[in-house]
Amino acid sequence: MEDTRDLGPADPFLDRSVPSLAPPVRRLRPDRRPVPVPVKPEDDPLIPVRDAAAGPERMRVENLTIRYGGEAAVKDVSLSIHQGQVLALIGPSGCGKTTLLRTLNRLTETTTSATREGDVLLDGEEIEQISVTALRRRIAMVFQQPNPFPMSIFDNVAYAIRVQNAKRPGRREIEHQVVDALRRAGLHDELAGDLDRPALRLSGGQQQRLCIARAIATKPEVLLMDEPCSALDPKSSAIIEDLIAELRRELAVVIVTHNLAQAHRVADKVAFMYLGDLVEYGDVDQVFGAPRAQRTRDYVEGAFG
Amino acid sequence: MVTPVLDRPPAGAAPSPLRPKPKRDSPRDWRWSHRLAFAAAWGCGLALCAVAAAIVGYMGYRGLQYLDLGLLTSRPEASLKQDEAGGILDPVLGTLLLTVLGIGIATPLGVVSAVWLVEYGKPRALARAVESGIEVVAGTPDIVIAIFGLAIFQQSIFAPLSFTASGGGVFGRSFLAAGTMMSLIALPLIFGATREGLLAVGALTREASWALGKTRICTVREVLLPQVRPNIATGAALGMGRIVGDTAIVVVLLGATLQIEPQDGIPGIGLLRGTGSTLTSYVYGASPAGEGNAPQKAYAAAFVLLLIVLLLNAAVDAIARRSSRKAS
Ligand SMILES: Nc1ncnc2c1ncn2[C@@H]1O[C@H](COP(=O)(O)OP(=O)(O)OP(=O)(O)O)[C@@H](O)[C@H]1O
Ligand SMILES: [Mg+2]
Repeated sequence: MEDTRDLGPADPFLDRSVPSLAPPVRRLRPDRRPVPVPVKPEDDPLIPVRDAAAGPERMRVENLTIRYGGEAAVKDVSLSIHQGQVLALIGPSGCGKTTLLRTLNRLTETTTSATREGDVLLDGEEIEQISVTALRRRIAMVFQQPNPFPMSIFDNVAYAIRVQNAKRPGRREIEHQVVDALRRAGLHDELAGDLDRPALRLSGGQQQRLCIARAIATKPEVLLMDEPCSALDPKSSAIIEDLIAELRRELAVVIVTHNLAQAHRVADKVAFMYLGDLVEYGDVDQVFGAPRAQRTRDYVEGAFG
Repeated sequence: MVTPVLDRPPAGAAPSPLRPKPKRDSPRDWRWSHRLAFAAAWGCGLALCAVAAAIVGYMGYRGLQYLDLGLLTSRPEASLKQDEAGGILDPVLGTLLLTVLGIGIATPLGVVSAVWLVEYGKPRALARAVESGIEVVAGTPDIVIAIFGLAIFQQSIFAPLSFTASGGGVFGRSFLAAGTMMSLIALPLIFGATREGLLAVGALTREASWALGKTRICTVREVLLPQVRPNIATGAALGMGRIVGDTAIVVVLLGATLQIEPQDGIPGIGLLRGTGSTLTSYVYGASPAGEGNAPQKAYAAAFVLLLIVLLLNAAVDAIARRSSRKAS
């Protein structure tokens, strides 16, 4: 039998005048939302004033250039990272987002060919002047692939908490810290108290949240996330997005994502990179709604439909 | 909408089972070359099992005829008559002691050098030198290692490791000397297994640990070594097999004396400085194919040797499995 129900206009998104009156729209492709028309926060009481949450500047990147051998992967980038804000790095593949992110916690140093010019400051202090182990406890990182260690869930988080070369704390002493980290990562309730299960038997989304728990267990000031949802299904991604919104109250978040809708949902600031250059850097509504550079406009519109 | 059922079974036919048998991938549908390879794989596996079973069966059949508790618990005696030649207690103990010594020296050395090579490996030239050095050791015949060891341990600086004759000559043969040289036989196996294990751990795991503010050495100790423990155990098991089965080093460096002969001094140390024999040298000494005339005792000792190897492998396997069970 043929379905003869009226589906309405073929593509409701194209018809900008309708949405407020039309019945609930069937969202066929969530990524293909219309480019939002920028609305000034003070004009619309429904849009929360995002900048209100912005705290003090935590990190500052000045004229940063990273080279692998000869060619620069990141060219003369300057930006600042504030507590209470989410900064999204967007841009086409190979434009240097991961390289920039890994420089912030000095992971690029592990690549022997990589060289760095320019300054990266954490609370006004050059990161190279901070011991690398202390720095990475203050700037935590979550990777694209969930990568828990092949240990129990408890040990994964406990490993992050323990300070090397110090006296090894007993399980009792750090248990509440472990539980707290798991709770803040939104994983604790699902585990039903069984923290001794092997971490590798969790689902992909749970593993990624375990990695987030592991990263925030040391109470870092900055959380770096390199495409944290790219290996996850939409439901797990949504959980992690909620988590980011929650976490950004207490720390600064830098997230790399290819999913522009996601960047639009979670970010306060957006940095668009192209071939190593920082093309555009500004508030999320400005970058998506009224991009200054033609490149940004092409990228944002091309991806939005 | 109802689709007509076209192939309804005719009335009266046997009721078909609820669900047809799941279609399996069957060799009958394969290309003939694949079928041949499949058959060859099965054949090789079965043949190997048959060979192993034949060896164990034959050794058991011959060995059990003469094996009893008395033989295991009495010490060997020098005698012209077979009945008075005693048991195999000393060779059994000698085998166990020498294996423990050899593996005890080889495991830390092999693991540490593999960790250094994979995790640090700088300068490159030194890393390559280490790698080829270990390859050379792996390719050296045990008799060469034994004679080389004797030349070393007869130097007077090594006098504390063995006993010194009244004239001042260093004997150079002892459990310590033999154990040290035995470790060279096991070292390449432990090194190789550990290196393969470390190389198989992905870069993601290391970066995850570094990103948590852990140093390289802490990452090795807390993340990598627990993960490669089964590999280390495999290498150690293979190395034990080599040590238990070796004869040349026992004959040249352990003295191959019939009984364990500790040197005077502190009991434990005196034992390590003393000489002795192992089951392999005992079999050689007792068998008509070697120097002796006691084939039954040789068979019994050989069977015990086989049992020890099997037991050691099972023990190492169990340890490795227990430590990896928690992780996955
Ligand atoms: N370890 C490395 N050695 C040499 N070149 C590298 C290395 N890592 C990255 N590059 C180069 O640096 C440039 C930027 O890479 P990067 O990984 O930062 O891109 P990206 O923006 O994260 O891309 P994607 O979105 O695909 O993850 C690329 O041209 C890449 O080839
Ligand atoms: Mg990347």
